[in-house]
Amino acid sequence: MQNTGNASPASGSFFTDPRKRAWLFQIVAVVIVVAIGWFLFNNTQTNLQHRGITSGFGFLQNSAGFGISQHLIDYTESDTYSRVFLVGLLNTLLVSALGIVLATIIGFTLGVARLSPNWLIRRLAGVYIETIRNIPPLLQIFFWYFAVLSPLPGPRQSLELGEVFFVNNRGLYMPAPVAAPGMWPFWIALLVAVVGSVLLRRWARARQHLTGLPFPVLWCSLGLLILLPGLTVVISGVPFDWDMPVLQGFNFRGGWVVIPELISIVMALSLYTAAFIGETVRSGIQSVSHGQTEAASSLGLRPGLTLRLVIIPQALRVIIPPLTSQYLNLVKNSSLAAAIGYPEMVSLFAGTVLNQTGQAIETMMITMSVYLAISISISVLMNVYNKRIALIER
Amino acid sequence: MKMVKTTLAIVTTAAVLGVSGFAQAGATLDAVKKKGFVQCGVSDGLPGFSFTDAKGAYKGIDVDVCHAVAAAVFGDASKVKFSPLTAKERFTALQSGEIDVLSRNTTWTSSRDAGMGLVFAGVTYYDGQGFLVNKKLGVNSAKELDGATVCIQAGTTTELNLSDYFRTNGMKYTPITYDTSDESAKSLEAGRCDVLTSDQSQLYAQRIKLAQPDEYVVLPEVISKEPLGPAVRRGDEEWFSIVKWSLFAMLNAEELGVTSKNVDEMAKTPKSPDIGRLLGIDGEYGKDLKLPKDWAVQIIKQVGNYGEVFERNVGAESNLKIKRGLNALWNQGGIQYAPPVR
Repeated sequence: MQNTGNASPASGSFFTDPRKRAWLFQIVAVVIVVAIGWFLFNNTQTNLQHRGITSGFGFLQNSAGFGISQHLIDYTESDTYSRVFLVGLLNTLLVSALGIVLATIIGFTLGVARLSPNWLIRRLAGVYIETIRNIPPLLQIFFWYFAVLSPLPGPRQSLELGEVFFVNNRGLYMPAPVAAPGMWPFWIALLVAVVGSVLLRRWARARQHLTGLPFPVLWCSLGLLILLPGLTVVISGVPFDWDMPVLQGFNFRGGWVVIPELISIVMALSLYTAAFIGETVRSGIQSVSHGQTEAASSLGLRPGLTLRLVIIPQALRVIIPPLTSQYLNLVKNSSLAAAIGYPEMVSLFAGTVLNQTGQAIETMMITMSVYLAISISISVLMNVYNKRIALIER
Repeated sequence: MKMVKTTLAIVTTAAVLGVSGFAQAGATLDAVKKKGFVQCGVSDGLPGFSFTDAKGAYKGIDVDVCHAVAAAVFGDASKVKFSPLTAKERFTALQSGEIDVLSRNTTWTSSRDAGMGLVFAGVTYYDGQGFLVNKKLGVNSAKELDGATVCIQAGTTTELNLSDYFRTNGMKYTPITYDTSDESAKSLEAGRCDVLTSDQSQLYAQRIKLAQPDEYVVLPEVISKEPLGPAVRRGDEEWFSIVKWSLFAMLNAEELGVTSKNVDEMAKTPKSPDIGRLLGIDGEYGKDLKLPKDWAVQIIKQVGNYGEVFERNVGAESNLKIKRGLNALWNQGGIQYAPPVR
């Protein structure tokens, strides 16, 4: 008898069919993992109950009852633990964002400087990188906190800049803009300027594509962004009132304050990570063959343009993946801020809240998931960007 | 750094909870006897309460509580190992079974006693929260602290009392929270904060560690009740009783006039039936506690009675020179009181 319909070579027994067998193994594996997970969960739960340790996430609705030195959203002591969580999360994100931006700028500069034809610049960048990346970040944080910022004078002897900015050992005080009434024309003008710039850029690109004629988009957009809102200021007055910091009692009140803990952690982390980014950038640039530079020069491109239009775009392919890990390291290192009392996730939520509630498992779980979520989001974003700049082979 | 430590503790908690069955009465005593020492969680450096001397030996009133427990169990006060813990780490360490007793100037509160899987075994020191400020600020009362920046230790009752006090008095403050008391003291010296707040006993202890102690004063206000005492894991009543009665034995000894000097003599010829019962001459009170007959004798001989421990560590014989105050015995104007051995 001929077997024409069935393509599968061995369909007789359940165990001899590799596909069915694979399924079986996978199902068994899943069942085992779920069973272990369930056992751990259940056992922990029973034991917690037996020892009289409160469990569950109900504590998040309880009032926290302690103060926090820096909160980006409104916070008072009577707010709940979930609000504390938000405050901590935002503080972590603030450090991460500032750190990533600064580290990228410094890092790229270092990487390019490391390859500079100027001997001094090249050497200086090299010395910087070798020194900074070989000192543990925690020590660098302590250095900034205890050696640089602590010796600043107290509030009553603040260093001042034009009676507007004040620097002392409690932080950097500056005037805060407060929205004045009737400022809507300003915002509309700003919106128009932004939309206009985007449209201008599109049009200029299309034109260059068709005719080859360049258009000074950058300058025109800048002009647009400054002129339009500026005009409304002239017509309808300044859109902001300034809330000035004033020395009152022990401290300055009013205005914005950047606390020294934040400055220390951002400085330390961005300078530390920048050293690594510098090396990444250097290796990326060196991975582009020298022939590309020569080809660009022979086409008549100036060195600056060669770097911007020919070298960097090709180097980015090599730079982005290790750059992503540096960003992730920076975010995770931000937890070191706990050591100097900056109120971020670890010190605030996995520290104070854990201790006040005694619910270690829940708070640690939440904290770890948050770091995981932040890290995964950064990876995903960087991967998307990496795809966009990847070399398209034709 | 801290994160790693905490995470480790959590993982241990999960693992311990995962593999061990229910905590049983007697489990801790058996485990302690088997390993041959008491693992005791203490502070990471607080003169008078627990700190290491020049030779690296732990000293202090909290440390002596641990020694007393070891003396009661083993007849040898030196059979203790210490785990220095920050305020943040202490409860997890006890919950996870890393330590057998937590004797770390810890305030007894309802939520800690009931909701965290611990039980407090008594009060070694009645304390209250106060403020330490630089004299230069010219502050004479805590009521003048509106707008001040305050240094605190993370994860303490102090953090909550501070906020309550400022809210009640309609004042504002900025908290700066550190993990260890050393960091907060360093910050006060550097002028990062105007005030340091903590239990008053701690303030005196921290003050003598500052470079210029004379420039700082402790404000007169006491803003909270801080009964400090040893805690054990919930669910093991036997161990709980041992720790509790080790403390009570020291208090009873002081009340009955038994000291480390005269205890041997007293054990031979007890002056009163009370002393006879405490020192194991009459009755089987040690056996009830699953301890040797001479448990109290060993505590008093090797560690001392409560009065001796107090004076040696924080009182007149120490650098701190703290007066007995609330911590005097009930019949001498204080509130220290132990149930009788009977």
